[in-house]
Amino acid sequence: MESKNIGWNGKSLKSMLEESEKLLEDKKSYYGIEHLSLKEENPFRYERAYASLRGALVSARETALHVAASPIVTEIGELCFGLYTPEGDSIAVSTGILVHIHTMSEGIKFMIREGYEENPTINQGDIFLNNDPQCGNVHTTDVQTLIPIFWEEELIGWAGGVTHQIDIGGITPGHTLVSSIQRFDDGAYYTCLKIGSNDKIWRDHMISAKKAVRSPMYWELDEKCRLAGNLMIRDAVFEFIEREGIEYYKKFIREAIEEGRQILQKRVKERLIPGRYRASSFMDLPMKHQAWVPLAKENRISNHPLEIIVKEDGKFSVSFDGASAGGANAFNCDKGAMEGGQWVLLTQVLIYGDKVNDGAYYAVEKNYPLGSWANPGDPYLSYQAPWGNLIPAYTAMMKCLSYGLFARGFREEVVPGYGFTGDSIQGGGIFNAGPLKGERWMLSTFEISGQGLGASAVRDGLNWGYAMWNPESDLGDVETWELFQGGIPYLSRKVKPNVAGFGKYRGGGNYGSVAFIANSEKVEFFAGREGLVFHGSGGMHGGYPNSTSYRLQATNTNLAEIFQNKQDYPISDDDTRNGEFERFLEGDIERKPYGTIYPISLHNYDIIHFSESGGPGYGDPLERKLESIKQDLDDGLYTPETVNNVFGVVAKYEKTTKEWEIDVEESTKHREEIKKEREEKSMNFEEFWKYERKKITEGELSEHVNRMYSESLKLSKTWSKEFKEFWKFPEDFQMGGD
Amino acid sequence: MKEDKKTLQRMLDGQLPWEQLKPIIGDHKDPNRFDAIIEILQEKLNWKEPIILPLHEHLYIVSKNGERIVKCDCGYEFGDYRINWKTKCKIRVRDTFEAIEELYPKDMGCDPEWEELREYFCPGCFSLLDVEAVPPGYPVIFNFLPEIDVFYENWLGRKPPDKE
Ligand SMILES: [Zn+2]
Repeated sequence: MESKNIGWNGKSLKSMLEESEKLLEDKKSYYGIEHLSLKEENPFRYERAYASLRGALVSARETALHVAASPIVTEIGELCFGLYTPEGDSIAVSTGILVHIHTMSEGIKFMIREGYEENPTINQGDIFLNNDPQCGNVHTTDVQTLIPIFWEEELIGWAGGVTHQIDIGGITPGHTLVSSIQRFDDGAYYTCLKIGSNDKIWRDHMISAKKAVRSPMYWELDEKCRLAGNLMIRDAVFEFIEREGIEYYKKFIREAIEEGRQILQKRVKERLIPGRYRASSFMDLPMKHQAWVPLAKENRISNHPLEIIVKEDGKFSVSFDGASAGGANAFNCDKGAMEGGQWVLLTQVLIYGDKVNDGAYYAVEKNYPLGSWANPGDPYLSYQAPWGNLIPAYTAMMKCLSYGLFARGFREEVVPGYGFTGDSIQGGGIFNAGPLKGERWMLSTFEISGQGLGASAVRDGLNWGYAMWNPESDLGDVETWELFQGGIPYLSRKVKPNVAGFGKYRGGGNYGSVAFIANSEKVEFFAGREGLVFHGSGGMHGGYPNSTSYRLQATNTNLAEIFQNKQDYPISDDDTRNGEFERFLEGDIERKPYGTIYPISLHNYDIIHFSESGGPGYGDPLERKLESIKQDLDDGLYTPETVNNVFGVVAKYEKTTKEWEIDVEESTKHREEIKKEREEKSMNFEEFWKYERKKITEGELSEHVNRMYSESLKLSKTWSKEFKEFWKFPEDFQMGGD
Repeated sequence: MKEDKKTLQRMLDGQLPWEQLKPIIGDHKDPNRFDAIIEILQEKLNWKEPIILPLHEHLYIVSKNGERIVKCDCGYEFGDYRINWKTKCKIRVRDTFEAIEELYPKDMGCDPEWEELREYFCPGCFSLLDVEAVPPGYPVIFNFLPEIDVFYENWLGRKPPDKE
């Protein structure tokens, strides 16, 4: 096939990308732009131009999700679109699951670097599919469709769309598979593959792709949805060029990105303080007794130490130096996941409202240490559930930025973190009765889109309304989830007490749900969330982390009988020591203290309880206002025991008014008692230092904590040096067992 | 637009209703905010050392006898701001199920074999200043070390209060 350069002025795409990278390196600005001349000459035209592209992207998304899409996409908008430069930098984005905007950028750059221009060639009407985490994606379940946009003979940009699939054909049904330990468990992989031409998806691809997943109908709908959105974006770009001219377009897209880069630096100088910020988070993987493959049978705790340096010029660096290792588990993150997570949080904390594009990406230096969970450097590992590390790890970024926002006086912007969007109860089964007998159902509750947000320094955290990866999160309607997960109908969804992180301002609260298996056979069930460690980097300025997850299931129950006799059944698990399950149900009731479980079998009339996450708290809980505590009790957000033990408040329930009443005098006294207890039960630093150091030197650490330190010490000279200095260990110190 | 002092005071006290707080979050920020907040805070404190930087709900970097120290609103002094103030705290470690379950219901807190809770108290007023949830043996985290001179001189374009 004859191939000619498709870049601007006869250049190849590869040389355009190289030029862009060199100009950024040499001139320290995007494409070497020194002045935003279009903006300066005619700001009205410039802003209108940006708004028209942004509007086209939002409208493409809104239309596409109604044209065709799976329930996850239509119900809670798990899709987004972006417009990119020929080199793959995002210019403008739609609303939606924005974590993926920068990921598609990496996909486009991959194609350019790999010489797709010559083979398989890039032409108007071509369609490319990508879901490979090695080429910018987060995990295989997020599927990207990318189309090139040509004006006459030149490539002038790319349109890209992402949707999140219900199933990707991995080792078990579902979308974030915790039992995946290698690439070959992750499901279908499409590595920037050409799947169509002349705006049509090739039939052979569609036949094969539908066989690669367990939800073929949703696959086809979502592919059409992404393509439809992309074609609408392409049309909008053509209209833009007809209106403004091609020369304006070419200049404009680069200026818009440079403006995005400048905006981030300005925002940093406006809102933060130069200096060094640090926070650490952790994640548990209790697989020693759960994993199927010998290699994966180990308990792991990952270390996510984050350091942000805000520099004099308003640029900043983000480093995970000291992170523990990747391995035979599903939580490995590749660059796409790390960049996506970082970018989506920056758009929420610092650059919302302005030119949200890859300019922000270029204003941040990053360090994802090779060999760590944040950059394992091994494509054959599993990257199926990187969220397991990514979500807790980036709470630390919010917390770090919050220290700066606080010191600068912007206390309303402080957010120490967010709940883990991780209790995505998952699995599936086959109907063995009813009108859908013989059909498969998939379980992937996207209620996870509504987590508790952390408290700020001036108010409580948002209840059940936040997802770090989607600034427009929405937990959706139970009825919709039940439509496609019909084998596991809900018995209840109600406020779960004590999940909100304690503090002067509490973290957001959340729900707990009870569901049972119905009309089904061959039911598999699994889930992923923290449980043995707290989520993320916890609270701030004396606030506590939100409570951890646990698993509650009841098997061999008498639920059928209960239904028949119209008796009460459990609708919550407010008291984990002796709750409604124990009171209303006969059967085997089991609570596991961890949140991540490998698939188990369930049968009709088995019951599960699951709860979404609260957010971390802010400030000393003893400073929480008494009227706020009364409201918490009336809203069911805390139990009287928690209110007493943590907040030092004495309250009693008034049956006549059906409200809680605070005993002000007793509460004041109790708070003083707690302060006394603090004095009695605390040590000074020297005592603390000896007490903690002994845990390391006298072999008191568990195997997994020991392993975590070993990995971090091996992977980072700096972290290792600071660790040894802090505990006054010799330079050749090694963890026991090494 | 210059922010109203009373509104800011009410915000600091957690008294602003959402309808008033939301526009403050959404709008452009007042470049005068930093100075306005320091003015309000300085008036509330019972001691006179000038605030250089508000560090925490209770802690401030202040200038005292030519040194920059961390000081609690209760008056307790933590010393040089370049040394982690947490190492001057009284510390309670919750590393047993019993101690963790005083706060969190069973199964809803960490497992002490995996992680412990450290509560850092001010030795003066016993306010809870920080809670760390970290694996046993984890070094104390130094959360924030500001570059005070760069901030004042390069970002605000003036001398820090202790060098005026
Ligand atoms: Zn104090």
